[in-house]
Amino acid sequence: MNRTAVSTIMRREMRDSLRDWRIVAPILLLTLGFPFLMNTTALLVENFLRQYNAVIISTHMIPFGLMVVGFFPISFSLVIALETFVGEKERYSLEPLLSTPISDAELYLGKLLAAVLLPLVASYIGMALYLVSVMWNLRYHPTPQILVQVSLLTAMEGLVMVAGAVVVSSHTTSVRAANLLASFIIVPMALLVQTESILMFWGRFDMLWYILLILVVADLALVRAGVRTFNREEILSRGMDNLNLGHIARSFRDFLRSGSPTHGDTNAEPVPWWRRLLALYRHDLPRLLWRERSTLGVAALMLAAGVGLGAYYAWRYPLPQGIIPLDHLTDRILQAQGSPVTPGWSWLPAISTRAIFLHNMRVLLLGALLAPLSFGALTLILLLAPMTMVGFLAAQVSIVGGNPWTFLAAFILPHGWLEVPAAVIATAFAFRLGAVLMAPPKDSTAGEALIQAAADFVKVFVLLVLPLLAMAALTEARITPQVVLWVYGR
Amino acid sequence: MTIHAVVEAHGLTKRFGTFTAVDRVDLHVAEGEVLALLGPNGAGKTTTVRCLAAILRPTAGQARIAGHDTVAEAQTVRHLVGLLTEFPGLYQRMRPPEYLAFFGQLHEMQASHIRQRSEQLMRQFGLWDARDHRMGEFSKGMQQKMALIRAMIHDPHVLFLDEPTSAMDPQSAKQVRDAIAALRREGRTILLCTHNLAEAETLADRIAIIRRGKIVALGTPAELKHRLLGDPLTEVRLTQSIDGFLSRVTDLVEIVDHGETWFRYRAARAQEVNPRIVRRLTEAGHEVVAIGELEQHLETVYLRIVEEERAGNE
Ligand SMILES: Nc1ncnc2c1ncn2[C@@H]1O[C@H](COP(=O)(O)OP(=O)(O)OP(=O)(O)O)[C@@H](O)[C@H]1O
Ligand SMILES: [Mg+2]
Repeated sequence: MNRTAVSTIMRREMRDSLRDWRIVAPILLLTLGFPFLMNTTALLVENFLRQYNAVIISTHMIPFGLMVVGFFPISFSLVIALETFVGEKERYSLEPLLSTPISDAELYLGKLLAAVLLPLVASYIGMALYLVSVMWNLRYHPTPQILVQVSLLTAMEGLVMVAGAVVVSSHTTSVRAANLLASFIIVPMALLVQTESILMFWGRFDMLWYILLILVVADLALVRAGVRTFNREEILSRGMDNLNLGHIARSFRDFLRSGSPTHGDTNAEPVPWWRRLLALYRHDLPRLLWRERSTLGVAALMLAAGVGLGAYYAWRYPLPQGIIPLDHLTDRILQAQGSPVTPGWSWLPAISTRAIFLHNMRVLLLGALLAPLSFGALTLILLLAPMTMVGFLAAQVSIVGGNPWTFLAAFILPHGWLEVPAAVIATAFAFRLGAVLMAPPKDSTAGEALIQAAADFVKVFVLLVLPLLAMAALTEARITPQVVLWVYGR
Repeated sequence: MTIHAVVEAHGLTKRFGTFTAVDRVDLHVAEGEVLALLGPNGAGKTTTVRCLAAILRPTAGQARIAGHDTVAEAQTVRHLVGLLTEFPGLYQRMRPPEYLAFFGQLHEMQASHIRQRSEQLMRQFGLWDARDHRMGEFSKGMQQKMALIRAMIHDPHVLFLDEPTSAMDPQSAKQVRDAIAALRREGRTILLCTHNLAEAETLADRIAIIRRGKIVALGTPAELKHRLLGDPLTEVRLTQSIDGFLSRVTDLVEIVDHGETWFRYRAARAQEVNPRIVRRLTEAGHEVVAIGELEQHLETVYLRIVEEERAGNE
């Protein structure tokens, strides 16, 4: 890595951005104007809350304002990234660069830094202005932790947007198409910032470290993916690709069909639907499951980790004696919608087959939707959460002197043997929707890989996961309560 | 020691998916030689040049520049090569001096050297007076010349010029052709992609015709003409009617065409044949107004090759 080359590229890009009033004017406005708007808001809120003796809120309000003041300018890094990575391709100015001795990585890094640095400097200036004014007006003094957190979060968010823009836009030749695809970055970013603000209002500043960690991991993954896609070979041989919905639909259908015996020979005698279905179950599904055995393994490991994590929490934070009334379970307790001590969950969610089925389906589909936005991470977390709960409860039972295995056998096993595999399979195939974006298989673009993974997911979900979930729901509503009462009931 | 060709390609092949853009191309360009690459749109000229300039990796085969492999020693190759891309691709908001400084830095040149070379090249191409303007204001031809200067800023050993005069007015085109001719005199090796056949003929030592990724003809302009159009064509004009004269020279030459006072023939060795024809004409009492070789156009050659190929393929 030649640092002179990186800085040559970076300085040119930054100079170019600074000459573009479409970039400079809004950044200046946001950097210089917005802090005062936020400051005024802070003053108003402060005065309003003072009437209610709730001054403490301002210590949550101001860090939030700081974050927002920083976020607006940094969001321009996305615009700049699309300009420097896709715009250059569109205006043919990339090829002359590619003909110089600079390496692909140096070029990537120089452009990446240029897209982040300018907005980041603007962000920090805006944040400094805001801080000075709230310190002056409200005598507010931020803790060093908050300063470090907000500065780092802002920088990492900028990097995620830029690195993400490179990956997402690597398949387009026009800035317009790239702008459309950029919503893949804007939407998760908006969700993240909302999460951050909620945490700030709750005063859970410690949780921000975890968000920072997630961002750093995403940064590393995206930069790695960017280096893979932003190189001479990819840029010039994928130049002809275009965003084409019809093409996407067609390849999705082909991927759905491929593997089934009727594929290819349209002149062949029509195969009855039940034979085709049978073939799907006998050939396609086993082949798919076998091919994804390592992903399934990862999902299963995640599940085990969830149980372990739950047990660890139970050991760290044991519930007071008597909260788990295993000695005297009745129908009434089982059907109560949550209890005052453990709000948010109840013994058995809503005891109707339909409700259980729909709930499980929604959660697993949500996992699939979140996968491409989070590179699979949120999907795994979604599986982790209920398993942590199971581990937590089983361990609590053991802590209060019960037998955790009896507990698992009664509460989980009757429907779990259907539901858990369904969840693992769905999670594994949903996870792939995110994983392929980061590391598309050789010889296919991230876009093609995503379409293929989506087709695989639909196949497995409809053919396997839904039937399993239906049976599990039926069991959970009809049989599990009976087993629980039979084991624990008095 | 064997003298390497400065540019060599062996079985060079480039596929995009299932489409073969360059198909087993063999090329040798010697030191100081100018080779023109001719071919219809989409023939694979730009793709060939990109492979040779170490920008694209060949799917099969290999290429070397001054003995350096374009894949294994890509960085070295990029130092040795200057590439004028098909589209100028200038940065519209920059001015020429800082633009050239940027590319000079990427080629690791000294600042003073960059300044001196920029001035020299900009003066040579008549852009010196425009140095304080942003390049977005330049005309198409000026942009193309600027791109050529960029390709030459680091004084490259080999130049790849992809359609250098395509957007230029006659005067600018001449400036560029003069520059290419000057580079050729300096012993620079040049690969020139062009659609301008006259340009190829005046500038190039040899011509390669490429179609559907394959080199279908390769040689000096004279060789190509001879191979495709046969022996040089000579025309004789007389003061009076030729009468029965033609039957007296059929032992020497093949008469291609004739009129009342003129005739044309093909002859492999004009030095030997023409004086004898003139002698026989004088002996027969004919007065010669003019005798001369008819110019045969490269265009005819080109069209014939490209069409022959098409007929062969269909
Ligand atoms: N990135 C790419 N992906 C797919 N096909 C490509 C790509 N680049 C070039 N091609 C195809 O390869 C063929 C050769 O293209 P190339 O640009 O080398 O032709 P050319 O001879 O330079 O044409 P022109 O005279 O129009 O400049 C064309 O059919 C083109 O469509
Ligand atoms: Mg071309």
